[in-house]
Amino acid sequence: MNDERLGFHFDVDGTNFTSAGQASVEVKKNLRQIGISPEIIRKVSIAMYEGEINMVIHAGGGTADVYVSENCVEIVLRDEGPGIANVDLAMQEGFSTAPDNIRSLGFGAGMGLPNMKRYTDEMKIETQLGKGTCITMRVFF
Amino acid sequence: MKINVIKELLEGRVLCGEDHLDRDVYSACGSDMMSDVLAYVKDQAVLLTGLVNSQVIRTAEMMDMVCIVFVRSKQPTKEMIELADECGMVMLTTDLRMYEACGRLFTNGLTGYGESHE
Ligand SMILES: Nc1ncnc2c1ncn2[C@@H]1O[C@H](COP(=O)(O)OP(=O)(O)O)[C@@H](O)[C@H]1O
Ligand SMILES: [Mg+2]
Repeated sequence: MNDERLGFHFDVDGTNFTSAGQASVEVKKNLRQIGISPEIIRKVSIAMYEGEINMVIHAGGGTADVYVSENCVEIVLRDEGPGIANVDLAMQEGFSTAPDNIRSLGFGAGMGLPNMKRYTDEMKIETQLGKGTCITMRVFF
Repeated sequence: MKINVIKELLEGRVLCGEDHLDRDVYSACGSDMMSDVLAYVKDQAVLLTGLVNSQVIRTAEMMDMVCIVFVRSKQPTKEMIELADECGMVMLTTDLRMYEACGRLFTNGLTGYGESHE
């Protein structure tokens, strides 16, 4: 791994739905500042935004790290939530365990993980029940 | 279509972004589910929604949208209006319901797929 890659770190507050997505907004600004193309920025920020929302609604918050290297942007989302019991099922469009109150807030349609996959070139989910989840996504230039 | 025309067609009120009313937009989408909006990136510039919370503005921001229309007279909070204003968005509210609002825009030429439809 390249040690000189640029990194941004964020703590994602799991108690506040209103502020969910702030890290993605910051990343969007930072990437714009360093001159990344709008198309890449949009993919990165949508994927990260969905992941951030998931950490807030399913896992009580976590951390987000974004690294910019020569050939890609990498997003690493870590939480210590309940983990995902069946990843294949969770990846299906429409599958959701979100409660109704989340749906009335505009999320919980079961499109988050599929969207993350759609907008990134690589996506890896490491998860352990009762321990947490780590999702690594890459968007190549 | 100019945002100003959207405002006229929907008999809308401007909540912020008065300075950007002469911007041209080429497509729109209407939904209360933000993940559905996020699923279909096609350069939609306008979001019509009946949902009112800060995630509506973040979703629009992530999608590089420039105008949010709240249907059914929904009134966002002062914080939400400020957030949208900071992003340089136009925010409108209309008394029309979703179906009627989308219908008026569509029949006047603002489609769901813009110029880049293949
Ligand atoms: N970080 C996470 N921790 C625990 N479970 C998760 C996490 N992310 C996703 N899930 C599980 O995967 C399901 C599908 O996620 P997603 O596609 O984003 O849909 P939604 O968030 O709308 O439910 C969720 O309902 C939840 O059960
Ligand atoms: Mg989700």
